[in-house]
Amino acid sequence: MTDAPVRPTAWQVATVVAVADETSRARSYRLRLSRPVPHLAGQHYVVRLTAPDGYTASRSYSVASAPDGSGEIELTVERLDDGEVSGYLHDVVEAGDELEVRGPIGGWFVWRGDAPALLVGGGSGLVPLMAMLRLARARGRSDLVRLVASVRSPEDLYYAAELPGPEVTVVYSRTAPPGETRPPGRLAAADLGPGPPPAGLTAYVCGSAGFVEHAGRLLVEGGLPVDRIRVERFGPTG
Amino acid sequence: MARPTRGFFGRGRSPRSERLPPGQYDAGDDWPVLSAEVTPRLDLAEWTFTVDGLVERPVTWTWEEIHALEPSEYHGDIHCVTTWSKLDMSWAGVSVDTLLHAAAPRPTARYVMARSHTGYTTNLPLADVTGGKAWVAWEVGGEPLHPEHGGPARLLVPHLYFWKSAKWVSGLELRDSDAPGFWEQNGYHDRGDPWLEQRYQGD
Repeated sequence: MTDAPVRPTAWQVATVVAVADETSRARSYRLRLSRPVPHLAGQHYVVRLTAPDGYTASRSYSVASAPDGSGEIELTVERLDDGEVSGYLHDVVEAGDELEVRGPIGGWFVWRGDAPALLVGGGSGLVPLMAMLRLARARGRSDLVRLVASVRSPEDLYYAAELPGPEVTVVYSRTAPPGETRPPGRLAAADLGPGPPPAGLTAYVCGSAGFVEHAGRLLVEGGLPVDRIRVERFGPTG
Repeated sequence: MARPTRGFFGRGRSPRSERLPPGQYDAGDDWPVLSAEVTPRLDLAEWTFTVDGLVERPVTWTWEEIHALEPSEYHGDIHCVTTWSKLDMSWAGVSVDTLLHAAAPRPTARYVMARSHTGYTTNLPLADVTGGKAWVAWEVGGEPLHPEHGGPARLLVPHLYFWKSAKWVSGLELRDSDAPGFWEQNGYHDRGDPWLEQRYQGD
């Protein structure tokens, strides 16, 4: 699918082929890469905006799509208050636009689809984990993954139509949907699974700094060795 | 220069501080937390810092011993590869020069591998941590360094991107050759000069 060798970190032009709302504050952008590079589930891209006077603003966004050989990637972008780049992406960008991107980047917070993984995401931290879940499902290896998504309310859940499955648990911290038996509340040890973690399990935790610290502590207290936990913190980098 | 992005005019650059390297923005009062591992809880009674490798005498300091060394401060800016910078920070700790002087680097030492109590590593040229350019820091803004920002003590190399300033630092190994550390193995630049935008391998 790659028609020319390309340095993974070279800037390239990507064309927006579709834009879709995930929630009232999050939107997914499907990009067709001019020079496709295979990515790993969990990696991210940098998007660079250039003003007419040469001023640039760049931010990193996780890839939500599984590696699928299509030459396209999907980035999900949360609109941050006063976010210079996320605000532009939400307010201006539409299908047909071109964006400058570089990637894929990151070789640590990645899942290659061949080992047991516990995926724990808070809010927008679900994005790179979605790439992992999609990869597992595409390969028929959903048995390898368990995903726990923590959101404030049903309205804040990304990929709500696609997400449900026997390997997925959604935890609501503020408002639960009708029929939900778990009362709303912060992520708890019981949400992360019964019993001690199986040997060989790696946990991938992504979310705000506070969420990651909390979830990481629950996992360590639950018996998972610290070196089996990979984390990615989403900071306020609008 | 890349061609302009349709409908993007940018903001926040007037007045833009000349102290912001290219592609960086001023995070103001925010201090984002970025690290690849769970924040460790380190016991000061067991904390140590070691300089070893190509030195005449490897030295290990306890928390009390390192505080007995000559104090040193840094007042200035830091720059994270994820594009935020923080201006006008005040840090306190000990100069890496002081630590290296005690261990006496051998003439063949050209690089250092900084390591953390978590197993994190990052590689730097020796010249980037000598001559008043690097610290082991345990105070910021007059307060003890919070664990999520690398406390009780982190390496501070403010003229390079901040992943070089290893959190929870446990030591420096002096080497005669360069070898990639944690992020450097994962696509990030070996040196990381923000003024040259050395973010990723190949930059």
